[in-house]
Amino acid sequence: MRLRALPFTKRDRGLRRAGIRRVVSLGRAEALLLRRNPMALAVGLGMPLGLTAALQVGQPAAARAQVDAADSIILLAAFALLSVLYYNLVTALVARRQDFVLKRLRAGELTDEEVLAGSALPAAAVAWGQIVIATVAGFAFFRLDAPVNPVLVVTGLILGTVVFALLAAVVATVTRSVEMAQLTAMPVLVLSAVVGVLVPAEDISGPLHVLAQALPMPQVLELLHLGFTGSTSGGASVDVTATFGHAVTPVIVLLTWAGAARWATRRWFRWEPRG
Amino acid sequence: MTRPGSEARGSGDVIEVRDLHRRYGGSRSGFEAVRGVTFSVRKGELFALLGTNGAGKTSTVEVLEGLARPTSGSVRVLGRDPFADRRQVRPHTGVVLQQGGLSADLTVSETLTMWAGTLTSSRPVQEALDLVDLGGRGRVAVKQLSGGERRRLDLALAIVGRPTLLFLDEPTAGLDPESRVAAWALVRHLLDEGTTVLLTTHYLEEAAQLADRLAIMHAGRIVRSGTPTGVARTEPARVTFALDATAAVLPLPQMPQAASVSRESRFGTSFVTITTPDLQPTLALLLSWAQDRGVLLRDLHARPASLEEAFLALAAETAGEAQRQGAA
Repeated sequence: MRLRALPFTKRDRGLRRAGIRRVVSLGRAEALLLRRNPMALAVGLGMPLGLTAALQVGQPAAARAQVDAADSIILLAAFALLSVLYYNLVTALVARRQDFVLKRLRAGELTDEEVLAGSALPAAAVAWGQIVIATVAGFAFFRLDAPVNPVLVVTGLILGTVVFALLAAVVATVTRSVEMAQLTAMPVLVLSAVVGVLVPAEDISGPLHVLAQALPMPQVLELLHLGFTGSTSGGASVDVTATFGHAVTPVIVLLTWAGAARWATRRWFRWEPRG
Repeated sequence: MTRPGSEARGSGDVIEVRDLHRRYGGSRSGFEAVRGVTFSVRKGELFALLGTNGAGKTSTVEVLEGLARPTSGSVRVLGRDPFADRRQVRPHTGVVLQQGGLSADLTVSETLTMWAGTLTSSRPVQEALDLVDLGGRGRVAVKQLSGGERRRLDLALAIVGRPTLLFLDEPTAGLDPESRVAAWALVRHLLDEGTTVLLTTHYLEEAAQLADRLAIMHAGRIVRSGTPTGVARTEPARVTFALDATAAVLPLPQMPQAASVSRESRFGTSFVTITTPDLQPTLALLLSWAQDRGVLLRDLHARPASLEEAFLALAAETAGEAQRQGAA
């Protein structure tokens, strides 16, 4: 009898709790390592805030007046997912692999997924922390309206976190050294920052439009936008129930990315340096 | 469904390896590191895998640790498949990898606390540190530890979960002699507690000291196995002594058991070396011959072959074979 074949039982719950305990234990150690790496911390904390501020200030005065708090938070969320979570995790996974840390972790009770989740935990926590603080600040100081559909905001953040963490694992697979990570991490970073964040996907026309829509970042932004403002990327305002309908495509695209990246990770991820 | 370890308890074998092959890369361009290895490890014993670099020891152990799938052959650890049944097997095993895999920026305590937090059950962190004599070094960063201390922290990680089966892949490589002896004492303590140990090592003395049984690997195959003394006995024992000029002219007795007798003269003294698979009768003949003729056997030494001699002889033999094959 296989454990997987069992229905949801006490034993499953126990196993899941044990899994969470293992991930948290590893995550705590990773958080200590992040705290002791001033460079990574500065990039992680400074980049999203700095980029968001720079983009807002860079707008012409007329446009700036229209920029509202929700847009700033969505922008910040995108940069947090990219620079804090994704970039950090690529570097961290490569460094841990080259130091044989991943191999050692894998020789214990942690499953492969738990090793990756534990490694991603602190960076994800910092990214989420920034988004939460920015949202609270938005409410307090910048007349941020309550999100139209908070479920979609959270869904967007969760799917964005999962997709970019898994993409980090995929990129780490083809990266042989921490130095090389500065190069290999770029395509995902630049593409995600340009298409969707700097140039909205709907501004891209022709066949490139379809391609842009297939990328993960525009879809994360679409979910956040729908959730916060209740309007689609096309600019149409819809009611709460209709936002769910508009969320279907982004969710499917992101789940597809997550599935593909997970498959690639399971298939090709290297747990130790090349011999 | 059987409980983990129940089959193993039945047969008394904690590890069973049958015709294990492990290949890296494709079937043409790849390299076969393990080429049909069979052995078993009984409950409570220390089994050592010896061999030169590239003999296939680590490649074998990685399969047993559940880190890699065998290319072919069967492997059972605690009665289960260590790769597929990882969840059931891992809580009972501890591992010291050849490369430590410790994060340099964590302290000793943080490292061990993190690891203990991932285990089903564990000793108190301080107890594990005390066992490896790192009790007072908890707050030191891993990067500030000496090589020996790092290795001891590796050991602490491996034993903190009270494993019933311990894999030690060259655990004392790079240790100073004192740390090595301390590590041996710890391993003996664990064996006394009933732990089963699979050890790979370069140090033949380590195997001779610790192993109940061992196997010598060469080019992916086991070329000899048995107890340390049994394997050493495959080489002849050695008797050496020196004779004065007056005694040197006498013919030595007939020793039918002796494999070889060699003499070397220097400054009138004759140095004699006798090799024999049967030490006692050879020695008895020699001693009675000396007694009868009143000959003094100066610096008399008689001893069985060491594991090291057996290993070196085997290495020379296999190297010779390889050369012959290369020439042919």
